[in-house]
Amino acid sequence: MDGAALEREFKALIEADSRIEPRDWMPDEYRKTLVRQISQHAHSEIIGMQPEGNWITRAPSLRRKAILMAKVQDEAGHGLYLYCAAETLGVERAELIDLLNAGKQKYSSIFNYPTLTWADVGAIGWLVDGAAITNQIPLTRCSYGPYARAMVRVCKEESFHQRQGFELLYALSRGTPEQHAMAQDAVDRWWWPSVMMFGPPDGESVHTEQSMAWRIKRFSNDELRQRFVDMTVPQAEMLGLTLPDPQIRWNEDRGHYDFGECDWDELRRVIAGDGPCNRQRLAHHVQAHEEGAWVREAAAAHARKHAATASAAA
Amino acid sequence: MTERDDPLWEVFVRSRRGLSHNHVGSLHAADAEMALQNARDVFTRRMEGVSIWVVPSAAITASSPEERDPFFEPAADKPYRHPTFYDIPKEVKQL
Ligand SMILES: [Fe+2]
Ligand SMILES: [Fe+2]
Repeated sequence: MDGAALEREFKALIEADSRIEPRDWMPDEYRKTLVRQISQHAHSEIIGMQPEGNWITRAPSLRRKAILMAKVQDEAGHGLYLYCAAETLGVERAELIDLLNAGKQKYSSIFNYPTLTWADVGAIGWLVDGAAITNQIPLTRCSYGPYARAMVRVCKEESFHQRQGFELLYALSRGTPEQHAMAQDAVDRWWWPSVMMFGPPDGESVHTEQSMAWRIKRFSNDELRQRFVDMTVPQAEMLGLTLPDPQIRWNEDRGHYDFGECDWDELRRVIAGDGPCNRQRLAHHVQAHEEGAWVREAAAAHARKHAATASAAA
Repeated sequence: MTERDDPLWEVFVRSRRGLSHNHVGSLHAADAEMALQNARDVFTRRMEGVSIWVVPSAAITASSPEERDPFFEPAADKPYRHPTFYDIPKEVKQL
């Protein structure tokens, strides 16, 4: 088939809402966009283990500790599903990890905020995983098959993440006045960064239009942000906690909650590397990667030795 | 794959007895034993499986998407392989 015919076929598949699979022809830009998005998503899952991992040894009960370990382990799994989805596009995981460690690929800016108290673990589950779910559900219908399938698995697992966070905050909110205050403080600090997880407003989002045409993305940043706010405001009421935005109010005409404007300068600063924990997160990842090198080498050496004995015996 | 990473394995999981193994994804591991253990941790943390196969990705031979049309074409002009091809009087039951 010539180039034009291949391109027609690609477009026809997208139009028909079918899926593009790894060995299909695809435009270079489609491939690049997916590699960028999927690897950034994978890095986010992996770096995202740090803020919560910070509290595993200090969880207040064995029940909470087991839950938190299971959640953090899930995030590692999400990272692995996503690296493998990226690899179907012809890149290597080792290369993506090098790019992350060299600061040349990004991860979600949300993970550059610190987890100061135990209540932050609840706020992350409820708000950060809640925002991630809002983002990820439409991605289960993304036009690239391996990414969509990874998202199906991820979404199944995420729902426990959000619920355990809500439950944790619910317990604190109805606990002692100090516990209630701790829960409120965590929500005060995590609300705006979570609202900003959907990225810049539609007018400033560089990739949205093309990604929507390719059906990688199904909804714009602002649409997803609105969906998140609409879902979260009633939940905050149930928790007995306030969201730190005085402009939140039900808008009868729109059938949605109105809410205030994010501090986009802050988002730009954190993305550019100047959030509270950017350096620490990356340094920790590099250190873990380097300290794990001997394990990878030992496993490879064991495999080589084993293969040699097996072929000698044959 | 270069030497930079462990080889890639395709993972197939039988979700319960009576069903066949289905492809669920892939992962890196130094050898088959490690691939099995990693597959258990990555793909069956919630009892999603009762049996796992791991196959080196390099061992898979796939049909080429470019040749899809000629490759699958022989099946396209044989509608008589489908039961709906046949005209049977409506009154005939259980056929
Ligand atoms: Fe996740
Ligand atoms: Fe999660």
